[in-house]
Amino acid sequence: MNIFDVMGPVMVGPSSSHTAGAVRIGLVARRLLGEQPVRADILLHGSFAATGAGHGTDRAIVAGLLGMHTDDAAIPASLRLAKERGMDVNVHAGELQNAHPNTALLTITGAGGRTIAVSASSLGGGRIRVNAIDGLEAAFSGELPTLIIRNEDRPGILSEITRVLSEENANIATVQLYRDRRGGLAVTVIECDGPLEPALRREISALDGVVRCTYLNMEED
Amino acid sequence: MAFHSVGALLNEAAHMPLWEAVLADDCRDRGVERAESLERMGALWRAMVRSAAEYDPARRSASGLSGGQAAKMAGAGETLCGPYMQKVMETALRVAEQNACMGRIVAAPTAGASGVLPAVLLPLQDRLGLGQEEMVRCLYVAAGFGQVIASRASISGAEGGCQAEIGSASGMAAAALVHAMGGTPGQMADACALALQNMLGLVCDPVAGLVEEPCVKRNVTGAVNAMACADMALAGVASAIPCDEVIDAMAAVGRAMPAALRETGEGGLAATSTGRKIAQRSSGPAR
Repeated sequence: MNIFDVMGPVMVGPSSSHTAGAVRIGLVARRLLGEQPVRADILLHGSFAATGAGHGTDRAIVAGLLGMHTDDAAIPASLRLAKERGMDVNVHAGELQNAHPNTALLTITGAGGRTIAVSASSLGGGRIRVNAIDGLEAAFSGELPTLIIRNEDRPGILSEITRVLSEENANIATVQLYRDRRGGLAVTVIECDGPLEPALRREISALDGVVRCTYLNMEED
Repeated sequence: MAFHSVGALLNEAAHMPLWEAVLADDCRDRGVERAESLERMGALWRAMVRSAAEYDPARRSASGLSGGQAAKMAGAGETLCGPYMQKVMETALRVAEQNACMGRIVAAPTAGASGVLPAVLLPLQDRLGLGQEEMVRCLYVAAGFGQVIASRASISGAEGGCQAEIGSASGMAAAALVHAMGGTPGQMADACALALQNMLGLVCDPVAGLVEEPCVKRNVTGAVNAMACADMALAGVASAIPCDEVIDAMAAVGRAMPAALRETGEGGLAATSTGRKIAQRSSGPAR
């Protein structure tokens, strides 16, 4: 944890976990979808469900889905803005298994019909953790440039991915592998120390066995 | 390599000013230039100044629980604490209310505790005529201690209770005040330790689960506590328990706290009959 996780962010209140963290959850989900959703089902769990209204958690997540950052003065007006921009929003309480108290499950659909489900938790001080994408476990914060790769679970694929990264001199901070079952679909999450070029991302996407490669860099717009 | 102990922080501060050690570590940790780190911290300081200046006494929170209190504090006649402390209390209320009303603040370390650092630093800047450069150094000191607290204990009320939020902010603020007054790194550690001791066990019991009551007023307590502890440390009143051990105790107390007292809005003040009535008016996942 660096000093700017402790000091900052500049944010619209009232709660770093229930408001700022919620904005970041919405923003990460939007980036993972790659576009502004036309439909958003937002399930709030635990403390998010109990106190969401008073903290503006609903408005914060929708603000993130609209592409706002934590310090955007328009966050309180996000529900109205979503309506104006044609985003259909449904917020409700629900129970998730073994989830952190501040967790949301966002099921969002893009204009082209692609739907993703993102489970993420707000850890305090505005920091978040993505727990799962489409039901497959994945743990990352979005603080570093991150590759989320959906790939077939077969020998050698990780070395091919890391070969591409090392050829481009990209330094890997963390690597995580998750799979639903042996030989099934896997999620490889790679956090890097610096931003990654589009060409490198295309090369990884083109690797045999890679189903989809999503790149997340919260520092870029 | 971020700081995981106050001991390590003090070791580094044997060779250079403590704020400088935190800055140097940030540059190494994030791989950034000194100027970049300083600019980012400078932006946070300017945002802190703005968070107090932008306060609108007419604004109210969504629940109606917060707003207008800072103006009352400012308008009070002669106070027991005297004009300087009155200014500290007013500033704490300004920023904390700004936060409750969905205004813009700096989380330090959290939004719920965002009033503490501006409350002690803004009046001090006026009083000593300090420049922005010096105020930014204060923030590095606060961040250095905050980093250790976050790593050994917690800065989340849901995890560690209010001691993790107002308590952490108060400890960070106390250390920053000692720096501003020219104290030693050891005195900064003492001030932080004393401030945390005084907040140990403080529960997170927000009425209706909102960052309003008692959170807004606890920012005042956190600021006043930081002032008293900085003064004690500067006078040579040391903490018998080293700062790292106080932080570890805070972590243990946080773990022992029942969930009802960790930001669930189900215990403490939130569970009183009035608290429950307010909650009925304003609860739910969405508006």
